[in-house]
Amino acid sequence: MSKQMTGAEMIVEALKDQGVDTVFGYPGGAVLPIYDALFQQNAVQHVLVRHEQGAAHAAEGYARSTGKVGVLLVTSGPGATNAITGLADALLDSIPLVCLTGQVPTHLIGSDAFQECDTVGITRHCTKHNYLVRSIEDLPRILHEAFYVARSGRPGPVVVDLPKDVQFALGLYQGPLNVQHKTYQPKLKGDADRIREAVEMMAKAKRPVIYSGGGVINSGPHASKLLRELVELTGFPITSTLMGLGAYPASGDNWLGMLGMHGTYEANHTMHDCDVMIAIGARFDDRITGRLDAFSPGSKKIHIDIDPSSINKTVKIDLAIVGDCANVLGDMISVWRAEGLKADEEALAGWWKQIDHWRARKSLAYRASKTTIKPQYAVQRLYELTKDRDTYITTEVGQHQMWAAQHYHFEEPNRWMTSGGLGTMGYGLPAAIGTQMAHPKSLVIDIAGEASILMNMQEMSTAVQYRLPVKIFILNNEYMGMVRQWQELLHGGRYSESYSAALPDFVKLAEAYGGKGIRCSDPAELDRAILEMIDYPGPVIFDCIVSKEENCFPMIPSGKAHNEMILAELSDDAGVEIGSIIDEKGKMLV
Amino acid sequence: MNAIAALSPYASALAKSGTERHTLSVLVDNEPGVLARVVGLFSGRGYNIESLTVAEVAHGEHLSRITIVTTGTPEVIDQITHQLERIVPIHKVTDLSMQDRVIERELAMIKVHGTGEHRSEALRLSEAFHAKVIDATIESFIFELTGSPAKIDDFVDLMRPIGLVEISRTGVAAITRGAKGM
Ligand SMILES: Cc1cc2nc3c(=O)[nH]c(=O)nc-3n(C[C@H](O)[C@H](O)[C@H](O)COP(=O)(O)OP(=O)(O)OC[C@H]3O[C@@H](n4cnc5c(N)ncnc54)[C@H](O)[C@@H]3O)c2cc1C
Ligand SMILES: Cc1ncc(C[n+]2csc(CCOP(=O)(O)OP(=O)(O)O)c2C)c(N)n1
Ligand SMILES: [Mg+2]
Repeated sequence: MSKQMTGAEMIVEALKDQGVDTVFGYPGGAVLPIYDALFQQNAVQHVLVRHEQGAAHAAEGYARSTGKVGVLLVTSGPGATNAITGLADALLDSIPLVCLTGQVPTHLIGSDAFQECDTVGITRHCTKHNYLVRSIEDLPRILHEAFYVARSGRPGPVVVDLPKDVQFALGLYQGPLNVQHKTYQPKLKGDADRIREAVEMMAKAKRPVIYSGGGVINSGPHASKLLRELVELTGFPITSTLMGLGAYPASGDNWLGMLGMHGTYEANHTMHDCDVMIAIGARFDDRITGRLDAFSPGSKKIHIDIDPSSINKTVKIDLAIVGDCANVLGDMISVWRAEGLKADEEALAGWWKQIDHWRARKSLAYRASKTTIKPQYAVQRLYELTKDRDTYITTEVGQHQMWAAQHYHFEEPNRWMTSGGLGTMGYGLPAAIGTQMAHPKSLVIDIAGEASILMNMQEMSTAVQYRLPVKIFILNNEYMGMVRQWQELLHGGRYSESYSAALPDFVKLAEAYGGKGIRCSDPAELDRAILEMIDYPGPVIFDCIVSKEENCFPMIPSGKAHNEMILAELSDDAGVEIGSIIDEKGKMLV
Repeated sequence: MNAIAALSPYASALAKSGTERHTLSVLVDNEPGVLARVVGLFSGRGYNIESLTVAEVAHGEHLSRITIVTTGTPEVIDQITHQLERIVPIHKVTDLSMQDRVIERELAMIKVHGTGEHRSEALRLSEAFHAKVIDATIESFIFELTGSPAKIDDFVDLMRPIGLVEISRTGVAAITRGAKGM
């Protein structure tokens, strides 16, 4: 089944064999042969972005919303360096990408040739793995290996750097059938004894909590199904990280909401006071733990993760199970059933009573207004008006992202695309484009901030060109709100450079690109305006003018513990200076 | 990591235990850039390298063995091992210090200048350490010495007052005793 062809043809052939239907890219001298090969076929559609960073985030959106590997194609030098933010983003959020980069011909490498940069050197630290293809003989194997590495184990971005002479060279193409990687074989099956031990710990728990994360989404929809089953069987409360939203439905009875810095009061207190914590595909990020030596001090911790380096990285684990979430969850459920285990109902009832007490604090409440649109209200209305549709949500980074996480409720995995680990402003619009390419008939909305959206605004052109009806829903507070909030809390309200001055007229901007612009500043008009946005068959920029100085609460101040959260009500109390809650050490943290 | 941990209220309870010296043996595919990946991991994540040696050990299979001596708390050493395992072309990471019997050897070439009593003292000491003379002039010697890093340190300390000129050391190579491989 090997066939003689050029390197460029092999690349397209390998994409087809890997089931790739869409590639996000931008041409240039060092990838012209590949563009020529793309031109002569129809199986793989190329989406021309307007900046290579956009290609990377679009591929991320495509990947996260489908579970498949996202692919981007960029030229050498500036093409590759422009893609780097997206690669770093995908690495931190465990998103499978294959990034094909052009390179100068092999004999010119190292000579400071035109548009040469050391792509494998530069991307070594922001990829899961990378390759420089030095000869045509290696090309088919490396291409298939790249897809294997990107998608297996803990997923991540892989760069394949392709010198131009290799693209022109003739060689024998091999299909992906026999890719058996000699070194990279992640452990997928959890240790049976440990699983048994974990399940027994769970059955004895008095104050348990399940803390699930992005790994459940990475593991595929089946893992989410099993997670729901486990919650059902045990009756345990469950919270999730930003990256894991949707794995357990927000409408589920046992749902505590998101945990962490901007998580709910009940989720964080449950974590703090629990006696058995079951972490599933979550990595104890500093947004979750707060002050480490005060993090859930009295609990035994079970951690299920596919990457051994995630275990004991920041928090001491009592029982580690290395394996894929779906496998381990499946085994846990079987053991629970086979041994006829039962949760400690009586203890659990008391625990739920305590949790309901925390819930009663209504930590996501905010002061409503009849005159200005509160950002939380805007997200709530957006949720109510879109929840019965087939909707995907992406976000930029800032307060709006947190309000989206708090007030938009997800029932299914792969519906929520956000930049969690790197926190990349400019992620949301290209990610929405990638998502819309994968789900042409669905409603795709980027919940944005007016500052973030300008970082990759140019991708509006891409949306228009491909008739992608993405909706950009800007919570326009005229501030880099998240920065402003920190300056208010930590720097005496000195708003250094965080005001969004000289903003464009977003309505006219939308029209200039060939899309539709809508502006709304009246809460009474909001529903009608949102429906107008949804009904418009093309891309829309919705400029939602919201109250300017709203802060995002609840919040665990930096350097504090889960049970030292600040709630909105406290911040409203006259005389309480939040700045004084955060000590000098806390101020050094991000 | 240690310096940052000391300052931070996020400081892990993990980082509190004492620092230890460990020797890691890393079997890698001998492909371009693999050493850069390993070294970059240490610099990128703020781990220490005390010494590092690398050479191909199985020519036909393109396998190289990297021996790294590093320091850190047991938890940091554990992280280093797992982080190394994430590097795709790495076959196997073994913490030799966790094995009960490990042999460590290093080779050093030590240039000593001196005449008269100093010269003969240097020669006497070299015999006591089983060092070989591999070059000599009327006023200098170069000794070749193989041994544990501590033995080489001891020899170098003795040569210092006599007239130590320069030292070249290979860094540690290590292997476990007995019939079993790593
Ligand atoms: C402004 C801002 C504020 C934020 N505030 C919060 C906040 O309040 N709360 C919050 O939760 N986050 C917050 N975040 C996000 C935060 O920075 C982290 O990105 C996030 O908490 C990490 O989620 P996670 O632990 O689920 O890990 P992920 O980054 O999703 O990592 C997944 C883990 O699962 C493992 N894994 C992957 N695949 C599998 C598999 N198949 N099987 C088993 N394991 C697998 C991986 O090895 C890894 O350990 C914020 C981000 C920003 C930008
Ligand atoms: C590329 C990038 N640069 C800087 C930051 C730091 N940062 C985090 S949030 C934020 C402000 C975002 O403002 P906006 O998009 O208006 O969102 P808001 O917080 O107002 O909702 C900034 C500058 C970042 N996350 N990403
Ligand atoms: Mg803003």
